[in-house]
Amino acid sequence: MKEANIGKERFYRRYGVLLSFIIIFSVLALTTPGFLSLSNLTTVLRQISINGILAVGVTFVIITGGIDLSLGSTVALAGVTAALFARQGGDALALPLIAGITTGLVVGLVNGLIVTRGKVAPFIVTLGMMTILRGTALVVSDGRPVSNLSNAFNAIGGGDLMGIPIPILVFLAVVVVSHVILDRTVIGRYVYATGGNEKAAYASGVDTDRVKMFVYVICGAFAGLAGIVLASRINTGQPNAGVSFELDAIAAAVIGGTNLSGGIGKVTGTVLGVLIIGIINNGLDLLNVTSYYQQIIKGVIIIGAVLIDRNKR
Amino acid sequence: MGDLLELRNISKSFPGVRALEGVSIKVASGSVHALMGENGAGKSTLMKILNGIHRPDEGSVILEGRERVFSGVRDAMEAGVSMIHQELMPLPELTVAENIFLGKEPVLGRTGFVDFRKLNARASIVLERIGLDIPPERRMKELSIAQMQMIEIAKAISNDAKVIIMDEPTSAITSREVDVLFGIIGQLKADGISVIYISHKMDEVFRIADTITVMRDGRVVGTRRAEELDNDELISMMVGRSLNALFKKRVTALSGERLLKVEGLEGDHFTDVHFELYKGEILGFAGLMGSGRTEIANAVFGLERPHAGRITVEGKTCDMGSPRQAMDHGIAMVNEDRKMNGLVLTSSVAENMTLSSLTDLSTWIFVDHARETEVVKREMLRYRISAPEAGSKVVNLSGGNQQKVAIAKALLTKPRILILDEPTRGIDIGAKAEIYSMMRELADSGMGIILISSELPEIIGICDRVIVMNKGRVSAELPGEGIDEETILRHAMV
Repeated sequence: MKEANIGKERFYRRYGVLLSFIIIFSVLALTTPGFLSLSNLTTVLRQISINGILAVGVTFVIITGGIDLSLGSTVALAGVTAALFARQGGDALALPLIAGITTGLVVGLVNGLIVTRGKVAPFIVTLGMMTILRGTALVVSDGRPVSNLSNAFNAIGGGDLMGIPIPILVFLAVVVVSHVILDRTVIGRYVYATGGNEKAAYASGVDTDRVKMFVYVICGAFAGLAGIVLASRINTGQPNAGVSFELDAIAAAVIGGTNLSGGIGKVTGTVLGVLIIGIINNGLDLLNVTSYYQQIIKGVIIIGAVLIDRNKR
Repeated sequence: MGDLLELRNISKSFPGVRALEGVSIKVASGSVHALMGENGAGKSTLMKILNGIHRPDEGSVILEGRERVFSGVRDAMEAGVSMIHQELMPLPELTVAENIFLGKEPVLGRTGFVDFRKLNARASIVLERIGLDIPPERRMKELSIAQMQMIEIAKAISNDAKVIIMDEPTSAITSREVDVLFGIIGQLKADGISVIYISHKMDEVFRIADTITVMRDGRVVGTRRAEELDNDELISMMVGRSLNALFKKRVTALSGERLLKVEGLEGDHFTDVHFELYKGEILGFAGLMGSGRTEIANAVFGLERPHAGRITVEGKTCDMGSPRQAMDHGIAMVNEDRKMNGLVLTSSVAENMTLSSLTDLSTWIFVDHARETEVVKREMLRYRISAPEAGSKVVNLSGGNQQKVAIAKALLTKPRILILDEPTRGIDIGAKAEIYSMMRELADSGMGIILISSELPEIIGICDRVIVMNKGRVSAELPGEGIDEETILRHAMV
């Protein structure tokens, strides 16, 4: 009987989020007309791809016990930077892509440096960076949206490859790469060890500062990528874009079972968290629930998910 | 003869561990009842039950003929059971009187303001009762540890305690202060108060106890009147076999090849430390808690930067900037307090075990999963680590198995020098024996081992040479024949 309990517990821990997703999906499929159509499901995937990219990135940071609140502002700054290069560069794609991703990378580097060298709490560092970067985005763009972008650039957000929208493909690539890193590589192991017990990890020979640098950089780079996708989808570099995106990303990670105190979390869980938020938003849209209520419902789900997770332990 | 307190048939389990099994103890009123046993024998769990921190799974607590279930420390205190912890928790900024009457201060009428005159007067009465000459207005932080301890006793008395539990009360006080403490205990006895006295120190126990109960592996081995027992009998009751059977002496001669040389090492908690470690040797570091032993080890292992000094490994002067660097020089360390500094509790047995040697088990950036599994399975077998599987979370393992995982992790870095800091703390006797024989085997194969331990029998039983620390300095270096409890204690404390 005890054995059976342990088995059951493990089952819930491993598949609990998946189960929640399946239940919510089934309920929406049965109750909401139009939800199950291919075009609607593609729309959902397209809508969630930006949050998905951010959520997977922030999962790295959260597993080390950190947090990144500067994601939304990074999205805006990277979007603006990429757009500036996309306007001037004719149809060349390389330059705006490099500009956007590098912006995110540098932001991550700065976050990581202040966290590790300055020994400032990640919450404070990235909270400060949130406003700094927002201001920088406004300065760089002169407070105006950067528009008239090249067709090639706009195709990233609007185009597709073999029938699959490019944002979804980007999200998929991010998921696969991140899953492999966390699950299969040495640095991935170090990420979990650092978050699980930093002192012990350091005493075991792990360069915990380097690990933290790594997670902020990868999270920043993904945010840069998300910024590019967003700017391309709305055909503008919008300095006011991405407000509170970080909260949705963190919410998705948490719903997916990532533990804010570190050491626990999986890319697959975060993907499910992103999907859950995505289909609920979409379902409520289809049911004509106003966005006011949608916000309330989303909040309830976040708290509920953590409560369920707590009870599983 | 009236029994004041009876613990009847108490059992208690924690996930994965049966901590107590059918424990029964009777304490006569006005007596000192010593509770002895190795770490992990179940003494502290039993006392936590008596003190209302844990509930027993089975069995009952009978105080003054009435069965009691304590819902918490406060409840137990009100019923007459007080505990004086090894680590005292006074409020340093408050006065002696305020500490004694914390939470039950006399109040001026209905104002809610504390009546300080009455408070101090009451404190004086209590202090006088145990013959303690400390002004009640003095701030707690100005007292010595021994005095703080006596204040705790005063606090217990002010609560009308009938049973006072003292957990290793002499671990941090001088022998003069011990005399004062024993005087007070004598007075408590005369007043009909019973004392449950937990200690490792046999001479003290024989001096003060009327009755001795020995526990081992969660059971009572026996309860005897103190005058019926002698040292040897007490030891064999505690260990379950004679000590010598636990420790294997060296079989090969020392080669005299020097592995490690430490010169003039100085840090926040130690000064002018010199020592050497030879191939195949087990070198003990004895001394009181806080004497600088762990800090020295941390400096050698790159966890703390020393202010000055030189560390030479196999003739090469090394800069130990981080544990990684120390490992590259062939040093590994198993840290004190494995839960805080040793293991990643949220990770699995396998992930913990290979954490220090992961780069050896990987191809390019990828962990070679098959090879890792093979190594982990091999090590689990070799050290008899009992876990459901390599993927089990380490948090669910018993203390002994956790420690073996930590040791396996250190050994997978293939060190030539191994530092073990309190490796047997809080683990059962079986696992201890395994760790001792493992140490001897490693030493015989040529490894140099540094053992930091507060348990003297362990230091005496297994070490080839012992360095005694006292207040941050090396106070003695004892060769194999000169190692005995008395000599070590003298150098550690005087």
